[in-house]
Amino acid sequence: MKYEVLKLLAKNAKYTAEDIAIMLGIEEKQVEDIIKQLEKDNVIRGYKAVIDWEKLDGAYVSAIVELNVVPKAGLGFEEVAEQVMKYDEVEAVYLMSGDYDLNIIVKGKTLQDIAWFVAKELATIDSVTSTATHFVMRRYKEMDVELLTDEDDDRGQLFV
Amino acid sequence: MIDYGKILNKTVTDIKPSGIRKFFDIAATMDDVISLGVGEPDFQTPWAIRKAGIESLQKGKTKYTSNWGLVELRREISKYLERKFSIKYCPDNEILVTVGGSEAIDAALRALVNFGDEVIIPQPSYVCYEPMTRIIGGVPVILNTKAENDFKVTAEELKALITDKTKVLILPYPSNPTGAIMEREDLVEIAKVLENTDIMVLSDEIYAELTFSGKSHVSPASIDGLWERTITVNGFSKAFSMTGWRLGYVCGPKPIIDEITKIHQFAIMSSPTTSQYAAIEALKNCDSDVEYMMRQYDMRRRMIVSGFNKIGLTCREPKGAFYAFPSIKSTGMTSDEFCEKLLYSKKVAVVPGTAFGESGEGFIRASYCYSVEHIKEALLRIEEFLKEIK
Repeated sequence: MKYEVLKLLAKNAKYTAEDIAIMLGIEEKQVEDIIKQLEKDNVIRGYKAVIDWEKLDGAYVSAIVELNVVPKAGLGFEEVAEQVMKYDEVEAVYLMSGDYDLNIIVKGKTLQDIAWFVAKELATIDSVTSTATHFVMRRYKEMDVELLTDEDDDRGQLFV
Repeated sequence: MIDYGKILNKTVTDIKPSGIRKFFDIAATMDDVISLGVGEPDFQTPWAIRKAGIESLQKGKTKYTSNWGLVELRREISKYLERKFSIKYCPDNEILVTVGGSEAIDAALRALVNFGDEVIIPQPSYVCYEPMTRIIGGVPVILNTKAENDFKVTAEELKALITDKTKVLILPYPSNPTGAIMEREDLVEIAKVLENTDIMVLSDEIYAELTFSGKSHVSPASIDGLWERTITVNGFSKAFSMTGWRLGYVCGPKPIIDEITKIHQFAIMSSPTTSQYAAIEALKNCDSDVEYMMRQYDMRRRMIVSGFNKIGLTCREPKGAFYAFPSIKSTGMTSDEFCEKLLYSKKVAVVPGTAFGESGEGFIRASYCYSVEHIKEALLRIEEFLKEIK
């Protein structure tokens, strides 16, 4: 049942325990207990809104920054990853297989913000040997949510 | 000037256009209407099925097929019906591929009904049976099913309506709009009534895949003594979310399917070729897609039924199809009044039960072919509406 609850919350974090209980045909108390346990076990790490920032006037830019890093003996990539993820500008940090080591998602208000952040903060880290910054030009889908389409129900032409 | 009223077929002109059409047209002109009115899945046709259609076009499979439909499809239909519903039909001469379940129903009635023959139609039910019967000169005999019987056809109700002229009993289960199903023991009782008569059962099983609460659909043809007198109609629209592909099928004893095929051959020739290729894929490889859709429907079903009961509209648990059929009798309004006022004051569109026959009075049909969020919003508005009319 744990997975069923998680699947629903992943789809809509605003579902109440009551909603989930009804949809899965179980007791509300059971759902509450499952969620509590998942939160305690740090399986559920938070609840956030999916926001289409571009709909607002406030500027929003993001970029994917690829970092090549010299791993440290005994620590591997952990040290630099932990250093990088502390920045508010950094939304996500992933260790990658393939051509480069760390994939960082960086957000800012302007292109300059991000360019400066990469040049001053990321590129200057000792173990970082190179950076490559790719700016996001358009967001189509974010966290499973399609951003460009306003859902259009084209049914209802017929009475069945 | 031609007086068209004079030259048109009187049986056809006498058929009243569905009142619900007008209602839907009004809803369509309003902004921010939240509808629970639509009777078709909101899911896209599973990609594998669409791809199979596309590939058949790329290969240039764009000619007529056999009148009966592609033999490969008929073989898959045969396997599917045996696997899912334990009914056996020979792909060579007991299965005809049709343009949706609708053509199947129409052609089956045409093949059976002589002028003046009676067709027993349980209501509330989907709107096509009565006009189709009239158009071919049959006499519709309405069997009003009751809420206290879970909208099933009972042996007593059936017996009371049988005459020398009864030709066909329509069994539209799982039911649009009530969500009722006929279980094995219910069908056994029906079989007993029909024993030693010449009455044929026309079983519209378009919602057969959609049953809940651990109940599976029971095909009348799987009941002892009913196969010989049953015409089974099914299709791809609801189960595989393929409404626009217009593909269904009709199965039954060879002598009957032969005659239905004759009608199909002259009226239709052959069903859409692209759709037939796509349907082969649906039957071969899409069980998991159907299961996924079923899980979603089931969650929505629980949400809408619980929601109606919570706000004071008694709603029995629908065991099939994708509709809830709550009672609005507590409001003191007629179904029509309720739906019209709800639409104008809260911009929620639901269908009055009377659209499905007089016995639908006191009920509304709410489809749950919508996201849970959409259903919750609609329920909130209906709740506000109920508070305001108190």
